Amino acid sequence: MDIQTLTFIIVGATFALYIAIAIWSRAGSTNDFYVASGGVHPVMNGMATAADWMSAASFISMAGIISFAGYDGSVYLMGWTGGYVLLALCLAPYLRKFGKFTVPDFIGDRYYSQTARTIAVICAILISFTYIAGQMRGVGVVFSRFLEVEIATGVFIGAVIVFFYTVLGGMKGITYTQVAQYCVLAFAYLVPAIFISIYMTGHILPQTGFGATIAEGVAGEGNYLLARLDGLSEELGLAAYTEGVRNKIDVFAITCALMVGTAGLPHVIVRFFTVPKVRDARRSAGWALVFISVVYLTAPSIAAFAKVNLINTVNGPELTGVEYSDAPEWIKNWEKTGLISWEDENGDGKMFYSGDERNEMTVDRDIMVLANPEIADLPAWVVALVAAGGVAAALSTSAGLLLVISTSVSHDLLKRTLAPDITDRQELMWARIAAAVAVALSTWFGINPPGFVAQVVAFAFGLAAASFFPAIIMGIFYKRMNSTGAIAGMVVGIVFTLAYIIYFKFVNPAANVEANWLFGISPEGIGTLGMLINFIVAYVVHKLTGDAPQDTQDLVESIRYPKGAGGASSH
Amino acid sequence: MAFKSEELAKAYWRENIGLVLKLLAVWFLVSYGFGIILVDWLNQFTFFGFKLGFWFAQQGSIITFVVLIFIYVKRMAALDNKYEVHED
Repeated sequence: MDIQTLTFIIVGATFALYIAIAIWSRAGSTNDFYVASGGVHPVMNGMATAADWMSAASFISMAGIISFAGYDGSVYLMGWTGGYVLLALCLAPYLRKFGKFTVPDFIGDRYYSQTARTIAVICAILISFTYIAGQMRGVGVVFSRFLEVEIATGVFIGAVIVFFYTVLGGMKGITYTQVAQYCVLAFAYLVPAIFISIYMTGHILPQTGFGATIAEGVAGEGNYLLARLDGLSEELGLAAYTEGVRNKIDVFAITCALMVGTAGLPHVIVRFFTVPKVRDARRSAGWALVFISVVYLTAPSIAAFAKVNLINTVNGPELTGVEYSDAPEWIKNWEKTGLISWEDENGDGKMFYSGDERNEMTVDRDIMVLANPEIADLPAWVVALVAAGGVAAALSTSAGLLLVISTSVSHDLLKRTLAPDITDRQELMWARIAAAVAVALSTWFGINPPGFVAQVVAFAFGLAAASFFPAIIMGIFYKRMNSTGAIAGMVVGIVFTLAYIIYFKFVNPAANVEANWLFGISPEGIGTLGMLINFIVAYVVHKLTGDAPQDTQDLVESIRYPKGAGGASSH
Repeated sequence: MAFKSEELAKAYWRENIGLVLKLLAVWFLVSYGFGIILVDWLNQFTFFGFKLGFWFAQQGSIITFVVLIFIYVKRMAALDNKYEVHED
């Protein structure tokens, strides 16, 4: 059976599984999602959170970026895991005790202000939209490969499927479906990594494998894999794999923006509002990180193996280039998507990949994880399995984000603020319109991406870091902070960050080089500066306008210990 | 008021903050410290075939994060019991 047929079967089978679980768990209990997850063990809740959290950026894009950026790619690894420490220690237990479902609800109540609430809703919509714009590209990469169509067509097909998946609804909100999605995703991520690790280094664990020596019969045998990668990189005019080229301040800023953004992302925080106890909120964060680490500790090994394999297959063991007519199947398959291409610059009929003028290959970083099993010549079912994992990751997160956008627009923004008189039917109509607009816009961004999937997603984290994180932290740890200060901080923080990103990515992309960056911080890392500005502005404005009222300060006192935590309520 | 006195409430919060700051210090050290600021210096040492700084950036920091959260869960449960502010 060929890869394409197998992919259809495996992707179809996993879909059937998610739907079956959704129907089965519906029948088992009439409780709604929030109550249902209340009865779920923290381990299960952690697994579901991990599935919710890991998107196309984690699954498809991250290892590819690390593969090309080497050490510099570590920002994603540390950034997207370290945030859980902040979440568990500084946010989750207190927000759980507070007992509201959404971040705008917390901000509106804590800062006793409808304006603060509305601003928080607008920030949530902006963040979720940026996030989903990145996802759509990832969905497109998966579909374009296994339907063997142009990337633009792939994005379009993916967008249609995501839209219907969300509008039909129901599947997303069920914890056990997400548990299944996590299992598919993790299995699909680990299997090829283990296969390749055994083949390349003889280690079963890819996490130790990529630090080991290369096995017999593989090019460069007996050398340490990473040392060989550094050597190859040097010969080919690329930066050494284990050493970065980004400046330290930028690496620091991006890592910080991703960590803090993780702790400020509305759809992640929500998961910890809905566990039964404060203690469970702490434990769930821990378990979520355990399950996320399974993928995140594997990603750097996939990155290193894929890079070595790519160089070996394109340049040949002697680094003289491989005849295009002898090119393996995967290169020709991916050429159909337009994500890989070869220009015979020197007319010798041979492919060559390098970081200097000898280079003849254009390889999109986002294909590395999906192409990896093909590059390593693994069985067709493994290739198909990885596609299914990619679909699971991209669909679950996109559907969740679309729900956040559509309910924020129709319920939080229209019904509760701008137009309280609209009927339920009108509210539902606006929810659908919002979802359709979000899908249409993100499809455009998917076809004309302002960066690789993980980079675009990084912007969403920067925006979350610059808006929500300071407001929530001060809301818990600085009880005298008042509404004027918090509002000023959020507005200045998000406007600054958004303006910086838009300027360098859309208004004047040619200027997007280190020399023009503020303090050497790239648009991916600017959220860190936005966060600092938010804190400073909020503090100064608070000092000028006086303390929060006493009843608010008492409220803050009461969320600082677990006793007396009731169930979460929506209003 | 869940606490017997104002002093106990203050003491609980102080111990809580102390624990969080200690754990965050480790969090900062393994990621920003070992993984970014000191990475070049640590790279002169080898650890199971990895340059040590590189290993902290791509493996060690993540493993430490997981451990930190579970230490926090355990210590906080003990603290809640000590001040009798745990959930029923």
